[in-house]
Amino acid sequence: MTKLNSKIPEGPLTEKWSRYRRDVRLVNAANKKKLDIIVVGTGLAGAGASSALGELGYNVKNFCFQDSPRRAHSVAAQGGINAAKNYMNDGDSIYRLFLDMIKGGDYRAREANVYRAAEVSNAVIDHYTAQGVPFARDYGGTLDNRSFGGVQVSRTFYARGQTGQQCLLGAYSALNRQIKAGKVKMFPRREMLELVIVDGKARGIITRNLETGELERHSAHAVVLATGGYGTIYYLSTLAVNSNASAAWIAHKKGALFANPSFVQIHPTSVPQLNEYQAKLTLMSESLRNDGRIWVPAKKGDERLPGDIPDEERDYFLERRYPAFGNLVPRDVASRAAKERCDAGYGVGKTGLAVYLDFRDAINKQGKKAIEDKYGNLFEMYQVISGFNPYETPMMIYPAGHYTMGGLWVDYELMTTIPGLYAIGEANFSDHGANRLGACSLMQAAGDGYFILPNTISNYLADDIKRGKIATDTPEFDEAERSVKERIERLLAIEGTQTVTSFHKRLGRLMWDLCGMSRNEEDLKKALSLVREMEEEFWKDVTVPGSADQFNQELEKAGRVADFFELARLMIEDAMHRNESCGAHFREEKQTAEGEAMRDDKNFAYVAAWEYAGKGVPEKLHKEMLSFEEVEVKERSYK
Amino acid sequence: MKITLDIWRQKSRNEKGRFVRYELEEVSPEMSFLEMLDLLNTNLIKRGEDPVAFDHDCREGICGTCGMYVNGHPHGPVKSITTCHLSMREFKDGDTITVEPFRARSFPVIKDLVIDRMSLEHIQVAGGFISVKTGSAPEANTIPVPKKNADEAFDAASCIGCGACVAACKNASAMLFLSAKVSQMALLPHGKPEAKQRAREMVAAMDDMGFGRCSNTGACEAKCPKNIKITNIARLNREYYKAY
Repeated sequence: MTKLNSKIPEGPLTEKWSRYRRDVRLVNAANKKKLDIIVVGTGLAGAGASSALGELGYNVKNFCFQDSPRRAHSVAAQGGINAAKNYMNDGDSIYRLFLDMIKGGDYRAREANVYRAAEVSNAVIDHYTAQGVPFARDYGGTLDNRSFGGVQVSRTFYARGQTGQQCLLGAYSALNRQIKAGKVKMFPRREMLELVIVDGKARGIITRNLETGELERHSAHAVVLATGGYGTIYYLSTLAVNSNASAAWIAHKKGALFANPSFVQIHPTSVPQLNEYQAKLTLMSESLRNDGRIWVPAKKGDERLPGDIPDEERDYFLERRYPAFGNLVPRDVASRAAKERCDAGYGVGKTGLAVYLDFRDAINKQGKKAIEDKYGNLFEMYQVISGFNPYETPMMIYPAGHYTMGGLWVDYELMTTIPGLYAIGEANFSDHGANRLGACSLMQAAGDGYFILPNTISNYLADDIKRGKIATDTPEFDEAERSVKERIERLLAIEGTQTVTSFHKRLGRLMWDLCGMSRNEEDLKKALSLVREMEEEFWKDVTVPGSADQFNQELEKAGRVADFFELARLMIEDAMHRNESCGAHFREEKQTAEGEAMRDDKNFAYVAAWEYAGKGVPEKLHKEMLSFEEVEVKERSYK
Repeated sequence: MKITLDIWRQKSRNEKGRFVRYELEEVSPEMSFLEMLDLLNTNLIKRGEDPVAFDHDCREGICGTCGMYVNGHPHGPVKSITTCHLSMREFKDGDTITVEPFRARSFPVIKDLVIDRMSLEHIQVAGGFISVKTGSAPEANTIPVPKKNADEAFDAASCIGCGACVAACKNASAMLFLSAKVSQMALLPHGKPEAKQRAREMVAAMDDMGFGRCSNTGACEAKCPKNIKITNIARLNREYYKAY
C-alpha cells in the first residue's frame, strides 16, 4: 500500500522553505550534465521548468502535442498574475497572500505549500519582467496592479486582458534560449501515451509522433508532468479543445495517487452557449467584475431590453447577498449565485441560462476610454463571438468549467507517489485547496516551474549521478510500447457507428448536469451508472477512422475520451464520498437555509488521494490529514 | 443554410493535393467556421470517409494554432480575427467557400489544411529572447519603462505566431512576425544589451528558412488577426542597420 508522506519540513511556516533549501542535497554542475529530465507540457509550468533546468545544466527533453510550445493553454489566461509585492501600499504581504489562498481554498490546501507559493511569487514577477513581458505600467514607468476576485488588496499584475499569453511568451522565449544553447531538445506534435517505470522509478515515456504516428521511446532520470488540468471532461469548457487529462491519468494508472478529483472550478463569467454545435465556451476575464455589475431582472420573464429596465427593477444579486465583497466574491460563490437565479427563472437571453454583466455605471463614471484601456480586447472578443457591443448593452455571461484544483498528489518536493515522477502547475493538486483564487494559477504554475521544482529535483537526482544513460531497449520499454500499440489497435478495430466527439459531448453534458456546479448523492449515483454504461457503449460502438501510422486527429481524441470516462468515474466517487460543501464542491445536502455552503472540518479536513487498484476495482482512498498550525480555521464568509 | 465547400485535400507531405467539393445542408449562422468544419467531419466520418484535418486548439483567437485561407483570405474575409472567430453569419445560404492551407515554401503541408510552421520556431530560437537566468532578475521596479513604450511593446508582443502574415504576403515574407518580436524587445530597456545580435541572428534565420523579402505591400498588416502594425517592420529595419 502506498503511504502518503508529504515531507513537509520542520520549523515554523515562514522558515520551512529556507530550511528545506539549506538542507537539500545538490548535484554539482559537472554531474548535472550526466542527468536527463523529461518535461511534458510547455505552459507556464512546463516551459518554465525546462528553461530553468536547462540553465542549471541538466539535459532536458520537452514535449508538447501542439505544433509549437507557444500554444500551451496558459496562453489563454486573461486577467493576471498575483504577487505579494505590496506595490500599492495597501497592506499586502506574503502572509496575506498565503492567507487569502488558504481561505479562498476553503481550508483544503496544505499550508506549507501555499505559503511557499506566496513566498516565490515576487521572484516570478521579477523574472517575467526581466524576460521582457510587457506588464501594464503606470505613467512613472513602474508596474501597475489591479484587484482581482476574492481579495481586498490590489496585487494582480496584468498585460491588458492577455496576461497568460504574455507570460507564456516570456516563458517560451527563455525556453528558446535553452533550445538554442542545446540544453533543451524540443519535441512538438508528440503526445505522451505511456509512462515507463523501471525498478519502481519513473524512467521514461512512450510518445506518439502525431504527424507520422510513429511510437517513440524516451528515457530520463526523472519525468516531470506539466500537462495542465482536465476541465474538458465537461466537453464545453473554457479550455482549449485539445486540452486533456491523459498524461496525468496514465501516471495515475501507473501508481501516482490522484488527489481531490472532484474539485473543479466553475468560472462565473464565460460567454453563454449559442448553438448546439459549439465546441467551447469562451472565458471573459473575471477582472471584468471589478467594473462590471452583475444583475438579472427583478421580475421573472422580463422581456424588456436590458437598457429599458430601470435600476429599481434590477436585482444586483451579488451586491444584495454579499454586501462586503459585492461583485468580487470568489468564483464558486459567484457561479452558484448566477445558477441559483437562472434556476429560479430569472435568467436572461435565448436560453434563460445567462445573467447580465453591465458596464453602464463604470463607463459613466470613468469614461469609455478608461474602460477601453482596461478591457478593450475582451470587449472586442465578446462582440466577435456574440455580435453584441458591450459598450452599449450589457454582456451576457454564464458559468463554465474552467480550472481543476484536483490533480496528481504531490509532496512538498512536488514529487508524486511514483519516485522520480513530478507534477507541476495545474497538473498537481497542491496549492488551491477546494477553490482557486483569480490570478493564482499563473503564479503557481510559474513558481513551480521556475523556483520550486528546480530546487527540489536535485534531492532525488543526487542518487543518480553514477547511473549513466537509461537504456530504452529494455523489457520495461518493450512492454510500455506494446501496451500503447495494443490500445491504439483496439480503438481502431471497434469500427462502430458513433463519432468520438458525440461520446465526448454526451459525457460532458452528463458530468455538467450531475457532477458540475452542485452535486447530490442521488444524482452522483445515477451519474456513476450512466458513465459506466456510456463507457461500455464507447468501447463497442465508437468509430475511429484512418490508421495508426498517419496524422489522425480522431485517433488522438479517441484515446483522450477513453481516459475521460475513467477519470469521470473517479470524479464522481470523490464527489460522492465528500459529504460536505467546500469551495467549488457544493453538496446540496450540505447547505444552510440561506443556501450557503456547509463545510465539515470534523470529518473532511483532508486531501482525498485515490490509488488505482486495477480495471473495474474501486479505487482505494488515502487521506492526507490537513492540520492548520498557522491559520485559524473559519467559516468562509463574504457577507 | 446550404453551403458548398471546395476544400484542399492532401494525404501527406509527399503526396499531391487537390480540391474536393462537399455540400453541407444544415449550417446555422450561429456556428463558427470551425464548428461548420466539425459538422462536415462528423458527416464524413459517418459516411466512412476521411475527415478533413485542420489545426485548432483554444478556439478563442489567442493560441495561434488555427489558420487557413477562406476564399483566398488568410483567416477569412473579416478583418482582425482568427479563423476560429470567423462566424457563419458572414456567409449566405447557397454560398460556395474555398478552403485551403496557408501557402508558403516555408510552410509545407502536413495533411489537408495542416501545415508545418517549424520555420517560425527557428526564427524565435535564433534570438527571440532576453538572456536572463532564472533567479538573477533584478527587482521588477528597479528599471522603469515609460508607459508609452510598455504599451507599444505590448502591441507588438500580442503576435500569436499563426503565420497569416506570411500567407498574405506575395513574397511569403516573415518580416511582420519577426519584427513584432524585435520591436517588443527594442522598446524595452531590458532588451537593449542584446539588440544588435538579436536583429542580426533573427533576420539570418528568416533567410535560412526560405522566407521571402519584404516589398512593403502591407498585405501582412491588413491580414494580421492581432493588428500588428507594419511600423514594426520599419523599427526592425532600423535595428538591423544599427546592428552592422
